[in-house]
Amino acid sequence: MAVGLKRKDLLGTRDLSPEEIGLILDTATSMKEIASRDIKKVPTLRGKTIINLFYEPSTRTRTSFEIAGKWMSADVINISTGSSSVVKGETLKDTGLTLQAMHPDVVVIRHAAAGAPQILAGLLKASVINAGDGAHEHPTQALLDLFTIREKRGTLSGLKAAIVGDILHSRVARSNIFAMRKMGMQVRVCGPATMLPRYMDRLGVEVFHRIEPAIADMDIIMMLRIQLERQGGGLFPTLREYSKLFGLNLDRLKAAKQDVLIMHPGPINRGVEISPEVADGPYSLILNQVENGVAVRMAVLYLLAGGQTTTN
Amino acid sequence: MPGGRMSQRREKAQILDAAAIARAITRIAHEIVERNNGVQDVVLVGLRSRGVDLAHRIAVKLEEIEGTKVPVGALDITLYRDDLGKAETQPVVRRTEIPFSIIDKKVVLVDDVLYTGRSCRAAMDALMDLGRPRLLQLAVLVDRGHRELPIRADYVGKNVPTSHQEKVQVLLTEEDGVDRVVIMEATGA
Repeated sequence: MAVGLKRKDLLGTRDLSPEEIGLILDTATSMKEIASRDIKKVPTLRGKTIINLFYEPSTRTRTSFEIAGKWMSADVINISTGSSSVVKGETLKDTGLTLQAMHPDVVVIRHAAAGAPQILAGLLKASVINAGDGAHEHPTQALLDLFTIREKRGTLSGLKAAIVGDILHSRVARSNIFAMRKMGMQVRVCGPATMLPRYMDRLGVEVFHRIEPAIADMDIIMMLRIQLERQGGGLFPTLREYSKLFGLNLDRLKAAKQDVLIMHPGPINRGVEISPEVADGPYSLILNQVENGVAVRMAVLYLLAGGQTTTN
Repeated sequence: MPGGRMSQRREKAQILDAAAIARAITRIAHEIVERNNGVQDVVLVGLRSRGVDLAHRIAVKLEEIEGTKVPVGALDITLYRDDLGKAETQPVVRRTEIPFSIIDKKVVLVDDVLYTGRSCRAAMDALMDLGRPRLLQLAVLVDRGHRELPIRADYVGKNVPTSHQEKVQVLLTEEDGVDRVVIMEATGA
């Protein structure tokens, strides 16, 4: 069995093969056991340096990468741009070259501009992991979503998922669409017409403008956050109306499968895209997603840091 | 990984057949009972993957001898290896499954082949991270020599002199459909 991550960087799910996705998920399954130990530490990445370079706010992704690195004994440094030379006007290129001079092994970057991780990857010898770039991709989120689904259902192929909300601004939706399609899942997207990009049908997904038919007989409903910080305005009249038309509440859930899985990449706007009863309800996997994020990021760090090929 | 690539090898000799493997396991089980004055507080931890199969077989024998079920766990040492990024091949990480506490237990590590001792070093580190056992012993089916660390086995199925160019291959029915141990040698080398 010779498979492996034959790549330096993880920039998106679009260019991952189904075999690579499978390898990451399998490795994450083994990593998850470490979270259950009293001593949550393995020496695997001893002497490796990981830099978290975050140009946008983040709680779960940054913390998750930090814990993943630390549980594997890497040295993890966090740079948030509010307290760095970026406020003095340093460009991404110069920041990248400065970091390179400090010999990191992995740089995890989140940036408001799509393509920023690609630029950094070209500049650095270190592995670059995209932790979200604009409305482009957020590959580790999609991988942890697939991991969570597979953990609950045992398989991915043949499952049906509806992604509901602000598809236009969502890197999570894009990364999930690419990854889910590769793993043999059927995907629907649903949202106001102003939030559905025109190219959606070319990604092999079905487009819905009303939530009720979109979520009927789905195995998974993934709700997206209304990204107030990315709204230029005018995409929908009011939050209240959006919630009324596209919010997931207990009443709407009656139209869905009995054992449907409810997901949300977080942070949630309680009472807007998802009602508290649903977010905290029995089918909600929101906290499983967070927990599994650490295992999946451990797997990605291990596979990128560990070399080129894999045999068993 | 010591032993190098798997390709271009042919069988040089069979060193254990199914009956000999069964006898070795029976003897190791008896020695474990003798050394530990029974199986009170004894637990078995196999190294993935064939060490786990051997540990289960030893547990069956221990139950026959002492009438007590001995817990068996599985340890994956991939995250504790000392050759990450150096080895040509990156091994698949498999799951560690030790569903019992090893604290204050007499832990017998079980592996198929003892060679450089590096796997055993990694296994000891991995185990210590799970708790502090009362004592740690090592059982192997084959000791082929060439240690690179100050490590020895407490229970050995068979000592086999080998050269570095050779590879000892343990085949077990659970994984390979047959019980035998063979020495493989490189061809055309």
